[in-house]
Amino acid sequence: MTTRRHLLAGGAAVAGLGVAAGAAVVATTGRGVAPAPVAEADAVALTTGTATVPFHGPRQAGIAEDPPAHAAFVAFTLPGGTDRRALARMMRLLTDDVARLTRGVPALGDTDATLAVLPARLTVTFGFGPGLYRAAGLKPPIADLPKFRIDRLESRWSGGDLLLQICADDPLTVAHTQRMLIKDTRPFAAVRWVQQGFRRSPGVQAPEHTQRNVLGQMDGTANPRGAEIDPAVWNPDGSTTLVVRRIRAEMETWDILAVADKENAVGRRLESGAPLSGTHERDEPDFAKLDDSGLPAMPDFSHVTRARVTDPKLKILRRPYNYDGAPNAAGHPDSGLIFASYQRSITEQYLPIQQRLAEKDLLNEWITPIGSAVFAVPPGCAEGGWIGEQVLG
Amino acid sequence: MRNTLIAVAALAVLGLTGCAKSDDTTTAAGGTPAPAPSATAAAGTLTIKDPWVKASAAGTMTAAFGTLVNDTGADITITGAESPASPLELHEMAMKDGKMVMQPKEGGFVIKSKGTHELSPGGDHLMLMKPKEAIEPGDEITFTLKLADGSTVPFSAIAKPFAGAEESYAPGEHGASGMPMGSMAP
Repeated sequence: MTTRRHLLAGGAAVAGLGVAAGAAVVATTGRGVAPAPVAEADAVALTTGTATVPFHGPRQAGIAEDPPAHAAFVAFTLPGGTDRRALARMMRLLTDDVARLTRGVPALGDTDATLAVLPARLTVTFGFGPGLYRAAGLKPPIADLPKFRIDRLESRWSGGDLLLQICADDPLTVAHTQRMLIKDTRPFAAVRWVQQGFRRSPGVQAPEHTQRNVLGQMDGTANPRGAEIDPAVWNPDGSTTLVVRRIRAEMETWDILAVADKENAVGRRLESGAPLSGTHERDEPDFAKLDDSGLPAMPDFSHVTRARVTDPKLKILRRPYNYDGAPNAAGHPDSGLIFASYQRSITEQYLPIQQRLAEKDLLNEWITPIGSAVFAVPPGCAEGGWIGEQVLG
Repeated sequence: MRNTLIAVAALAVLGLTGCAKSDDTTTAAGGTPAPAPSATAAAGTLTIKDPWVKASAAGTMTAAFGTLVNDTGADITITGAESPASPLELHEMAMKDGKMVMQPKEGGFVIKSKGTHELSPGGDHLMLMKPKEAIEPGDEITFTLKLADGSTVPFSAIAKPFAGAEESYAPGEHGASGMPMGSMAP
């Protein structure tokens, strides 16, 4: 009741998703009467579960949208002898499943249909690895990354012929979708690796907030936003590319650092995310600015300095998720980042940045790439079509 | 008792597909999902929503499922079904000597006026008695339903890998040797 009265009083009499936003606004601008916390939580939760992201369209979903809170990256290996016809059958089947599940409708033959009804902004994005193209008798448009000096890659987190990026604001929705899609992929391919990750939960921060990683850093401030996404991410045919890197955080040694050292490594204030040359998160870094001791405010070796890209067409869209596995007996965490970036071209956009970071980035002392995979992301499809039809059809 | 349980389970499996949009319905107009209910449906016949078939090896029995929808003003009886993929029978699951068995459905499937009829694992289904070739996951299999008034309803169903709720299809029990028809008679 309280929430409803406040919504009406605040003039936020809007339908659907607007209700949750309205409730949040009232909570912060209320006129001295605090809304009942429980009722407000209810309002947020109800819209979170039923929210959907359209699956059909010229571009795949799960890329330009604000990332949902939970993700599973599932990579598969095709057995020898897989041909183009089998790949087309597989993609028809998986497309049908995803078209249903993203609407909150069970897949055909879904043995746990009750788990399908709350999509919670579910998206499933398909990526094709170099091996899928070779199996289809086609030249791969992407190639494995060169080996970087900093890499300590493990095969159990690397490579893959097919990738499913499953994202939703609820982990049970992700789990059920993963189960359903693995069941339908099994006749065609073996699971190669699964990486599960998370970001802040819905309602915890504004949707456009910058993610924090497990090192406590703001992560994604320099991402293209809004209209900046198009020239960086999308090819004219609606395709793009995806790099997935598993990056272990060396938490035990990171913990030893003083805050100033941590900030120098990344080039941003931990709390505000502001560049060391500025005061606000979105301030443009000023590489000419000197600090009190006459040294550049933005250290030459900092992550932000090294990763800097100004040409909008050369930016990458980072869409990372944190991971946090079980600590070992000594209490050392198994934590890090599932780095995922979307860009038109891996060689034109991602590689130059990664090469600069691998050459010199103080942050490398506390992060270790342990997995790496690249995928072409085919265009989306219309209703009745299937993902990959332009490639395999 | 067991019968009831299985019926309830079958509803739980397919009952929610009712949320699917109308354009999931395959109509008599063609094998592919139509963007909207077609003129055929409006003219008054049967449609099948969310059709699928369990993938299977050549010669191994399998089944097709979906939701039969009768939007007409009269009851419709399905008396038989055909497919280029396999000889077909209309089957139901029934309790016999304390065990659930499948058996041919006496009198066919009756779909009440303005009603629906679920074909589901553990319930009524279209039985593919002996597929000529393997039915691979992702294959599109075409079917024709034969109605009591002599008309037919074609549709196509996508093949899915499926392992649930079908203990009576276990290889060895009714496998490649074929089902002993005598034991299935009511």
